[in-house]
Amino acid sequence: MLEIKDLHASIEDKKILKGINLEVNPGEVHAIMGPNGSGKSTLASVIAGKEEFEIKKGSISLDGEDLEELAPEERAHNGIFMSFQYPVEIPGVSVTNFIKTAINESRKARGLEDMPANEMLKLIREKSELLEIDRKFLSRSLNEGFSGGEKKRNEIFQMAMMEPKLAILDETDSGLDIDALRIVANGVNKLRSKDNAIIVITHYQRLLEYIVPDYVHVLHDGKIVKSGSKELALELEEKGYDWLKQEAVL
Amino acid sequence: MAYTEEELKKELETKEYEYGFYTDIESDTFPKGLNEEIVVGISKKKEEPEWMTEWRLEAFRVWKEMEEPEWANVHYEKPNFQDISYYSAPNKKPKYNSLDEVDPELLETFKKLGISLDEQKKLAGVAVDIVMDSVSVATTFKKTLAEKGIIFCSISEAIQEHPELVKKYIGTVVPQKDNFYAALNSAVFSDGSFCYIPKGVRCPMELSTYFRINQAGTGQFERTLVIADEGSYVSYLEGCTAPSRDENQLHAAVVELIALDDAEIKYSTVQNWFPGDKEGKGGVFNFVTKRGLCEKNAKISWTQVETGSAVTWKYPSCVLKGDNSIGEFYSIAVTNNFQQADTGTKMIHLGKNTKSTIISKGISAGQSQNSYRGLVQVNSRAENARNFSQCDSLLMGNRCGAHTFPYIETKNKSAQIEHEATTSKIGEDQIFYCNQRGIDTEKAIALIVNGFSKEVLNKLPMEFAVEAQKLLEISLEGSVG
Ligand SMILES: Nc1ncnc2c1ncn2[C@@H]1O[C@H](COP(=O)(O)OP(=O)(O)OP(=O)(O)O)[C@@H](O)[C@H]1O
Ligand SMILES: [Mg+2]
Repeated sequence: MLEIKDLHASIEDKKILKGINLEVNPGEVHAIMGPNGSGKSTLASVIAGKEEFEIKKGSISLDGEDLEELAPEERAHNGIFMSFQYPVEIPGVSVTNFIKTAINESRKARGLEDMPANEMLKLIREKSELLEIDRKFLSRSLNEGFSGGEKKRNEIFQMAMMEPKLAILDETDSGLDIDALRIVANGVNKLRSKDNAIIVITHYQRLLEYIVPDYVHVLHDGKIVKSGSKELALELEEKGYDWLKQEAVL
Repeated sequence: MAYTEEELKKELETKEYEYGFYTDIESDTFPKGLNEEIVVGISKKKEEPEWMTEWRLEAFRVWKEMEEPEWANVHYEKPNFQDISYYSAPNKKPKYNSLDEVDPELLETFKKLGISLDEQKKLAGVAVDIVMDSVSVATTFKKTLAEKGIIFCSISEAIQEHPELVKKYIGTVVPQKDNFYAALNSAVFSDGSFCYIPKGVRCPMELSTYFRINQAGTGQFERTLVIADEGSYVSYLEGCTAPSRDENQLHAAVVELIALDDAEIKYSTVQNWFPGDKEGKGGVFNFVTKRGLCEKNAKISWTQVETGSAVTWKYPSCVLKGDNSIGEFYSIAVTNNFQQADTGTKMIHLGKNTKSTIISKGISAGQSQNSYRGLVQVNSRAENARNFSQCDSLLMGNRCGAHTFPYIETKNKSAQIEHEATTSKIGEDQIFYCNQRGIDTEKAIALIVNGFSKEVLNKLPMEFAVEAQKLLEISLEGSVG
């Protein structure tokens, strides 16, 4: 599904990604771990099409289509969803209005009519129940004054609404309390199918106990320095990253 | 590359005026220039009683002695008042009973504006009195209104049919000598709307007027007079669009609102006059005097969405004369390219326990300048007066400007006045977030702007709010292709 080959990306001539190779197939869950500043969020943003980052070398494709030429919204229309590490506030725009616009814009891109209001309502009801979100919450301005955990839960609510082919969750677990983590992880798991894939960026093994990955990759200084099975996450939890950094230097 | 501010600006600047056309309707136009003869001529043309002619002449004599004001934060080439024709009326004197009788070309114009009478008639609950080229050409729903004793007609008709009301109230809120443009308007006003709601009557529908300017070189001098008698209520909508033109078009309207004891007037405006092209050429000069007078326990709310004009100079105001009266001002002003807007309000607290609220949202793009100028004045006898003002500015790009000039004058220590101001920019992060959810940049900007303006949009009547949102989108959208 997603194929990344020797990807180099920089911002203002600062090299951040330095040769990433990654293949994600339908039905798979990949976890990406790695120290602060190693380039995890950058990788997510580059896949989503953030234009500040310049691709210097290599390629990214989704279902065989080169993504480089596609605008971020076109990538979204093709089924890429990113849950932001730091979701932005849009004052005066309610969660409902925002998600309605997002869904209808994606439908429009596919030549479909706006989703009928009652259908939208049903979907909202279903997904907010899945993520145990109070309906009152949905009338609030997007992310404005939301607690850290509320922001993350809202990201996953949007994901649930949009049913993406490829979801990239950037530190969705940070800021969530224990119960919220379970609810959100449970929500994510419900969305798993043989046709879609998830990339989970996290610092903590705990999330991976809920969303069990097929592969774990360690990103260090813009490169994947180690890949393995879910046990790798446990090992990292125990030993930290230093031993890998050593290995990378060697 | 990133969607930089540079590109954002470019995109915003590529918007062409949507209603850039004008129709060719034969009209009866006065020669250019202004003197007593012209003033008398206008009055004659409209078959006005002598007192009205005299009133106009008084205004003209005052105007001659006045200087054009300089103090607003706007710069423009002053209109040459002798180079303007002061009267223009569609030739076929319109007194239509049905649409079939209306000039087909005029109907075509309405269609282009998306306000065909057909549609308007169907829009339940909205009576439309369309002022085009200074003469009212259509009035609907008149009968329903008449049953309640409500008078809603052109001001010319009111001068003929209800002279006692006009004579009693015209110029009582905005006197002839109030300011340069008001004096000019008083001398030469061509037409406008008149509305009277009798005691204790709640007007059952939104009263709506669409204003248009349609003759090259004819200034527009509308005069509106709304009187809400004791304990009555009315919601009045004013909206307009204008065809594009090379020459600057002067518009100097006067709106007077009178809310007697316990009455309430809601006055909403959506204004979309030709703002000038990308170089800043052409466009309407909009110098408007709008003022409302509140008697005891009365309430006046001004809500406006301003997206048009090359130069806008406008301060809807409330004189809170009666005890416990309330004044409100909700405004969205959008400027793009070279537009200049200097708008705001004046809240004059005279009575005890008077309250005013000001919410102003300014959105600037391109090289435009957007100024808020507000005066809150508390008179010595106004015990316990309260005001809350909030002015928010949203900037797009680095070449535009937002300015806030709050003036506060209190002569009573018990006054409570609060003022809040914020300035923000549309961030690339916000746009990327929207993009990531499948919303393209143009739509994202519209969404963010609508969110920013929401508190004011919410004050508009439903059907107007939809139109206003569309207007906001049009004025800020980069035209695709
Ligand atoms: N817009 C930017 N301008 C300059 N440097 C940037 C920018 N964005 C990211 N970087 C730099 O790129 C590097 C990678 O950042 P990134 O956010 O991808 O790290 P991360 O692995 O997600 O870290 P964390 O675990 O703290 O979230 C960091 O050194 C960061 O400072
Ligand atoms: Mg990160």
